Amino acid sequence: MEKRKELIVSAIENGTVIDHIPADKVYQVVKILGLDKATHPVYLGINVESKKYGTKGFIKASDKFFAPEDVNKIALVAPTASIIEIKGFEVVNKMTVQIPEKIEKIVKCFNPNCVTNKEHDIPTKFRVKYVDGKLRLVCHYCEKYTSEENIEFI
Amino acid sequence: MSISLKNRSLISISDYSPEEICHVLDIAEDFERNPHQNLLNGRIIASLFFEPSTRTRLSFETAIQLLGGNVIGFSSTSGTSIQKGESLADTITMVASYADLIVMRNPIDGSARFASEVSKVPIINAGDGSNQHPTQCMLDLYSIRKTQGTLENLEITLVGDLKYGRTVHSLVEAMSHFNAKFNLVSPIELKLPRTVKQHIKDAHLEYEQFTELEEVIPHSDIIYMTRVQRERFPDPLEYEKVKNSYVLRNAMLANAKPNCRILHPLPRVNEIHVDVDANPKAYYFQQAQNGVYARQALIAAILGLK
Repeated sequence: MEKRKELIVSAIENGTVIDHIPADKVYQVVKILGLDKATHPVYLGINVESKKYGTKGFIKASDKFFAPEDVNKIALVAPTASIIEIKGFEVVNKMTVQIPEKIEKIVKCFNPNCVTNKEHDIPTKFRVKYVDGKLRLVCHYCEKYTSEENIEFI
Repeated sequence: MSISLKNRSLISISDYSPEEICHVLDIAEDFERNPHQNLLNGRIIASLFFEPSTRTRLSFETAIQLLGGNVIGFSSTSGTSIQKGESLADTITMVASYADLIVMRNPIDGSARFASEVSKVPIINAGDGSNQHPTQCMLDLYSIRKTQGTLENLEITLVGDLKYGRTVHSLVEAMSHFNAKFNLVSPIELKLPRTVKQHIKDAHLEYEQFTELEEVIPHSDIIYMTRVQRERFPDPLEYEKVKNSYVLRNAMLANAKPNCRILHPLPRVNEIHVDVDANPKAYYFQQAQNGVYARQALIAAILGLK
């Protein structure tokens, strides 16, 4: 049993494993990181047993390494995710995700009258702000706040 | 260090620092003393009003003419290529190639910020939907400083629709730089949003919330009235209950401080009774007139002429 588990997380020679993704958020993470357009093999695990979270998802992207600012984009959907970089079958780096100060292009503005929802092809931009301890995305254009429960990914 | 606002678009009042705001107010003071200054000398300013407006458009066009400039543009989108489906980016790019500066009012929130990113000439936001109206804020600040002699340490009472009123939101944000104390008088349904109160908290300033106007009048330096609109209430009965609580009458000003002034962004409907108009504390019409000087100052500063 132990052996099989090890095989799941370390089967790529070089690349990145994104582990501890909430089980229902794997596809969103794939999209945010642009892995749906990847040319190298990408393996997905959904509803995998997790001691810590009950179930989890993971992604293994061969020959793919991410800049921290790209990885942090997934923090909004998968705040529990851990990023494991692998070279020559060895774990060379492990990190957790952090919500970045700016979120661009991945979230829709909640305000239907925002210019990003009214005109075509305007990429969204938000500043992350905490109001009374709660996360809010402040739209760069309309300056309205999108709260965590209203976040919709593009 | 001297302050320059050359080529700096004004989209939101927070785009300018408190020092830069005071710089604009100083220039406006100069224009009030001497409004006819041919600084533009035939330069072209575009006035793009994607929705109708009376005071803002006329006051901008007056400001441009007092400065010796020429105006191109439109006062509604009817008959323009916007109705044919032209994108905002294309309209702005085209107009920016004709004019030295663009003044824009648009019903879409965030349209002004977007326009400033595609335009090669600076943009002055004359109102973008429910978002910002920074030139109104500038003239409010000018009126406050002119009547009080300072922007510092004032007690500002904001009355009426504090939830949806964009002028109120900008004023709170701007006055938070100047150690103001805020009295927030509104029906419960129309309280100042938490996100706007955050500006007051961030500046470690005081505010108090009230549902009755009369008790705060005696200690207010500025009473900023706004309209409570019937359509903001889901239940019309709730409106009927509160509507008279936010009507200012002359008799209520008997105990007001001598320096107290009444401001209103206009148009007024019935929230300031006409019997207040003759009271020397009524300042809303002069406030509207100050809009011309504030806008002259912004145009001249942004074009690097002051």
